[in-house]
Amino acid sequence: MPTNTPITSQLNSLRTGPDERGHFGIHGGRFVAETLMPLMLELEKAYAHAKTDPAFQNELDYYLRHYVGRPSPLWHAKRLSETLGGAQIYLKREELNHTGSHKLNNVMGQILLARRMGKTRIVAETGAGQHGVATATVCALFGLECEIYMGATDVERQKPNVFRMHLLGAKVHPVTAGAGTLKDAMNEAMRDWVANVANTYFLVGTVAGPHPYPAMVRDFQSVIGTEAREQIQEQTGRLPDAVIAAIGGGSNAMGIFHPFLDDAEVPLYGVEAAGLGLDSGKTAASIARGTPGVLHGNRTYLLQDDHGQITEAHSISAGLDYPGIGPEHSWLHDIGRVNYVSATDQQALEAFQTLTKLEGIIPALESAHAVAHAIVMAPKMEKSQTIIVNLSGRGDKDVPTVAAHLGVKL
Amino acid sequence: MSRIKACFDRLKAEGRGALLPYLEAFDPDYETSLALLRQMPEAGADLIEVGVPFSDPSADGPTIQLAAQRGLKAGATLKGVLELIHQFRQGDDHTPIILMGYYNPINHYGVERFCKDAHQAGVDGLIIVDLPPEEVEELAPYAKAEGLDIITLTAPTTPDERLKTILKDASGFVYYVSITGITGTRSATEEQLRAAMTRLRGATDLPIVAGFGITTPEQARTASRISNGAVVASAIIKEMAATYDEQGRATAASLPTALEKIRSLAKAVRG
Ligand SMILES: Cc1ncc(COP(=O)(O)O)c(C=O)c1O
Repeated sequence: MPTNTPITSQLNSLRTGPDERGHFGIHGGRFVAETLMPLMLELEKAYAHAKTDPAFQNELDYYLRHYVGRPSPLWHAKRLSETLGGAQIYLKREELNHTGSHKLNNVMGQILLARRMGKTRIVAETGAGQHGVATATVCALFGLECEIYMGATDVERQKPNVFRMHLLGAKVHPVTAGAGTLKDAMNEAMRDWVANVANTYFLVGTVAGPHPYPAMVRDFQSVIGTEAREQIQEQTGRLPDAVIAAIGGGSNAMGIFHPFLDDAEVPLYGVEAAGLGLDSGKTAASIARGTPGVLHGNRTYLLQDDHGQITEAHSISAGLDYPGIGPEHSWLHDIGRVNYVSATDQQALEAFQTLTKLEGIIPALESAHAVAHAIVMAPKMEKSQTIIVNLSGRGDKDVPTVAAHLGVKL
Repeated sequence: MSRIKACFDRLKAEGRGALLPYLEAFDPDYETSLALLRQMPEAGADLIEVGVPFSDPSADGPTIQLAAQRGLKAGATLKGVLELIHQFRQGDDHTPIILMGYYNPINHYGVERFCKDAHQAGVDGLIIVDLPPEEVEELAPYAKAEGLDIITLTAPTTPDERLKTILKDASGFVYYVSITGITGTRSATEEQLRAAMTRLRGATDLPIVAGFGITTPEQARTASRISNGAVVASAIIKEMAATYDEQGRATAASLPTALEKIRSLAKAVRG
């Protein structure tokens, strides 16, 4: 926020969080072991310094433009809109970023910070493998050692990404604890970090974890919303009537929502993965079916049992298969600024095929959840209205999974 | 006087450090862990750490992770762990019991009700791995009201300045996590431990215990002499778990194996 902004408008803004202790309402915070606490404080300091250093911003801008490939286009999906017969759908094409998803926006920011901090070894957790691939990519670019933790189940269902990481020179550790998904990978990455604090930087892939990660990852992803907000006004002359994004930990959603938070007239929709259905017991919808709790360094909505044990999430999409959600989303839900809705595995599979056939764009299964909600909403809206859907990633990695669900042998 | 303070005062008079064995509640079942808990003092435990199983023990190595999984499979809940301690207290009113675990089950139980129930059950202290001084205020007033010591954790990464602030209001004893890492993996050297104690003694007058990576009787002896006590967890669990059958159930060898390990540690600490 510019320093000349009047105090009153700062007080009315939803974009100033978290507080100095990393809290968004009751959510967020720094629930980490003492071994890590001094590192969190050091990271907070280093990021606060980098954020206000024009040299850091210039360096980041350079890489975003020439390496990541920003800005990403905002595409008017005319055939999809016509077919649905309602609102005009615009796709924010994050799938066109280098490595095929929005993940590189955040990774680029954090790797530059890690280099400033003199760290030589990078650890990261990954679900779908998109964050792992993005991390392995920048480690290759800067010649840093890279260790990726990935649930064994995810290693199995995201084989193309595992091989990509190997090619990029990263070491991929399959994690067999629990259901072998993102939550377990996160635990294992934290264990590695605590054991290697001196030279290691933990490159968190979403807007979760202890402060300052949720705020920092949001800041790096906000480039999505900043661009989209300008682009939609350029193309249509006004702000959109809805913005929709899929939610795993919530980084692509936070990135596109944040610049719109103070536009009270723009409804925002976060789409959680309902899995087999919200009440099937096989879901990843932590806001719809969770309660506030503490996991992975922050307080937030979590899927948990009556005794505070974290339960396993389920989604067809590895990147959404997480029992929590970033703390800023939990707060935005509590205050009612963002509407959290959900889409099932089946809806995502259908949206995946619809978008592919009508627009020639194969979406990631994660992003297909956002498309699925647009398919629900658009027909109920006027043709003169507009929706922006964050197309967070491309679906090449999901082709084997989708084929299996459609009964096709590759 | 609290059981913790009484215990360290007595050991000081005896001129030795404490042995703090750890057991994971409900590992591999309620009855076995209750039997082990009851026999630990006689085998040489001065204070006992009781681990509360959690689904996501991100500061623990493989040994305690597996123990937590077995405990959860056997039906462990925070309420059940308090019941276990309540049972133990029927026959032992002096051995301090420290609950060790992660914050979410406590948060879910409700911090105020938890502190009341824990005190009633006979718990003396709490070690909550993921509740650092920055967040402890949400629990501290309730713990204090019930006379529960919140044990402050310190680590090799804690700077001197921070040691001073976080130990200002510490009570009971201070836990020194002697390595940067997870439980049951590597060990600190004697020199590292000595240097750490010099730093810590500059910041607190409370007893200091060392934990993480203490495996052998020899290491327990050294640690308990340099500091005021040695915590041994994974090494006991590992030997006990080796006696379980293929389904992970206790066998006739399980209790004697764990107790024998504790006896050998106690002998070294006292020797
Ligand atoms: C393409 C894509 N979209 C979305 C997500 C979910 O993450 P987040 O909610 O942090 O954007 C992932 C995670 O792997 C992803 O790969």
